[in-house]
Amino acid sequence: MRKRAREIAMTLPSYGWLVLFFLIPTILVFAYAFKGTNTISSIFGPEYAVILWRTIWLSSVTTIVCLSLALPLGYFLARAQARIQKLFLLLVIMPFWSSFLVRIFAWKTLLHPEGMLRKTLTFLHIIDADTFLLYNLGTVLVVMIYSYLPFAILPIYAQSVKFNYSLIEAAQDLGATETSAFFKVFLPGIGKGILTAAVLVFIPSIGAYVIPDVVGGTSSEMIGNKIAQRIFIDRNLPQASALSSLLCLVVLVPIAISAYLHRRQVR
Amino acid sequence: MAKVVSGSVVFDSVSKSYGDIKAVDNVSFEIESGQFFSILGPSGCGKTTLLRLVAGFEKPDSGRILIDGQEITGLPPNQRPVNTVFQQYALFPHLTVWENIAFGLRIAGRREEEIEEEVTKMLKLIQLEHSAQKKPDQISGGQKQRVAIARALINKPRVLLLDEPLAALDLKLRQKMLLDLDLIHDEVGITFIFITHDQTEAMAVSDRIAVLHHGSVEQIGTPIQLYESPKSSFVAAFIGDTNFFDGRVVSKISKEYSLLEMEDFPNIICFNDKQLSVGELVHLSIRPEKIRISREQPEPKPNHNLFSGIIEDVVYKGDHTKFWVRAEGQRIGVFQQHSRFLLDEKPLSWNDRVWITWHADDGFMLEKYSQIDTREPETIDETEPDDIIIEGSKE
Repeated sequence: MRKRAREIAMTLPSYGWLVLFFLIPTILVFAYAFKGTNTISSIFGPEYAVILWRTIWLSSVTTIVCLSLALPLGYFLARAQARIQKLFLLLVIMPFWSSFLVRIFAWKTLLHPEGMLRKTLTFLHIIDADTFLLYNLGTVLVVMIYSYLPFAILPIYAQSVKFNYSLIEAAQDLGATETSAFFKVFLPGIGKGILTAAVLVFIPSIGAYVIPDVVGGTSSEMIGNKIAQRIFIDRNLPQASALSSLLCLVVLVPIAISAYLHRRQVR
Repeated sequence: MAKVVSGSVVFDSVSKSYGDIKAVDNVSFEIESGQFFSILGPSGCGKTTLLRLVAGFEKPDSGRILIDGQEITGLPPNQRPVNTVFQQYALFPHLTVWENIAFGLRIAGRREEEIEEEVTKMLKLIQLEHSAQKKPDQISGGQKQRVAIARALINKPRVLLLDEPLAALDLKLRQKMLLDLDLIHDEVGITFIFITHDQTEAMAVSDRIAVLHHGSVEQIGTPIQLYESPKSSFVAAFIGDTNFFDGRVVSKISKEYSLLEMEDFPNIICFNDKQLSVGELVHLSIRPEKIRISREQPEPKPNHNLFSGIIEDVVYKGDHTKFWVRAEGQRIGVFQQHSRFLLDEKPLSWNDRVWITWHADDGFMLEKYSQIDTREPETIDETEPDDIIIEGSKE
């Protein structure tokens, strides 16, 4: 019993912190959503439906692309020489040394209509003179993938290093090609890493606000932009809260599902 | 299961290097189909590389490997008629025992009823019907071992490769699994290539054994041939215990027997199978169990060597006792089998004066050192089990 009391005493500060700065604000946000008139029904109008749908599929595509890039990388990197592994990891982490905002604005400079990249591509006749690299859906997708790829690589690499590669040989020995061994043995083997990577990419993607705001146009707005507009321009706190709550649910439901799946796997 | 006798394996001048290290050095030999063939050697002798070359996980730098006369050197692992039982089993942790065994058939795209039937048959063979739905981490080491064997055999390979399959098991289980392996081999009738560093394992089950040392084959033969007539001092020391003597031929007693003059030891009569002439150097080996030991002086017999000495060390092992006898400049290991009730006798003990004798036929001459030993004679010590007797001059 005394041990239990000590445990509570030790964890109390962190619980206190979380309750004060996370749980209470979240509840407040949820509560604000019910404040105005017709707030809840207003966010389910066609205006938001399009944007919500776009947010979800952009995030899903980002997640899928990040995973498909990170998986082969993890597979080969985990078996590479220690020196090469260290070098690659350094390259993956390096972007975090500069500010996220700075990097997004760097993309803007890079893709600018008067920028070097577009001029070179036009000169080489790879793109038409009237093609814009900036302010469209594709740009948002590319920059999101760029930004969140490390969050997919790191957990997948961490699991790949622990993976027993003689299982790949065993599968090949039993008649599998290396490709089918990758899908039948490697992917299930690092399942936990894949799940973590998916969650780590999907959550920031769905709440993305800066990326579509800086490099996207009006046709590539995401739900994060709408929330910002409701707060900064309209000062409509209840509607912003309702949208935020909706976003929260979109994020929480997949996590709940993955937690459930994981617990079942452990059992 | 039908007897499918096939799966002869030929190594034709196979070499494989990793950087400067020659793991397999121009190896040529043949394994007859249906044999239980062991590749035996100390760690780092290239035996695992040899196995991986047959499995297809490594490509030789030069040479060819043939199975049933067909060259397989360039084939990827999944197209070879061989299957492997891995050292740490390499069972798929996310699949049940049942699914692990079915893996090969699933890949081959066999019909579900067929898979069902074959897997059931295999589970019965390895007596694991009750654990079919368990995951690999829920079964014991010995059970994993059997699943690994079943998972390989279900594909009806022509050759089964076993990479130190018993290394991870404790002694009792190892002995049981060894018998099981032998039974399974008799049952399926295919060629087994068994990789091991444990000479007792290899001796117990093999039809033939290849002794590997520094990437080269030292000797190939039946367990009896290797034990009774090793070609080199490496084989003599690696397989079983032995006593070594150095000397030269001084005279021919008869057509078959020669008198040998020894360093720090009286002359020895020995069967001269190598037909060495007078003056040539010899390296003689005598197994400890071939030597008789007694307190009373035995009757001198023709073609016997008889020496007296003092017991320096005694190791009682129940069924037999091992003595170290100091005779002249040599320390000689001798086994005494206890076929009678030992408490009725006065056992031999420390500092007892004893007589040792052996028949001239029981010593065998070796090429002084094997080719490799001349280069690195000190490697002998590393590779030998603890209780091998080194020649007396080393002390």
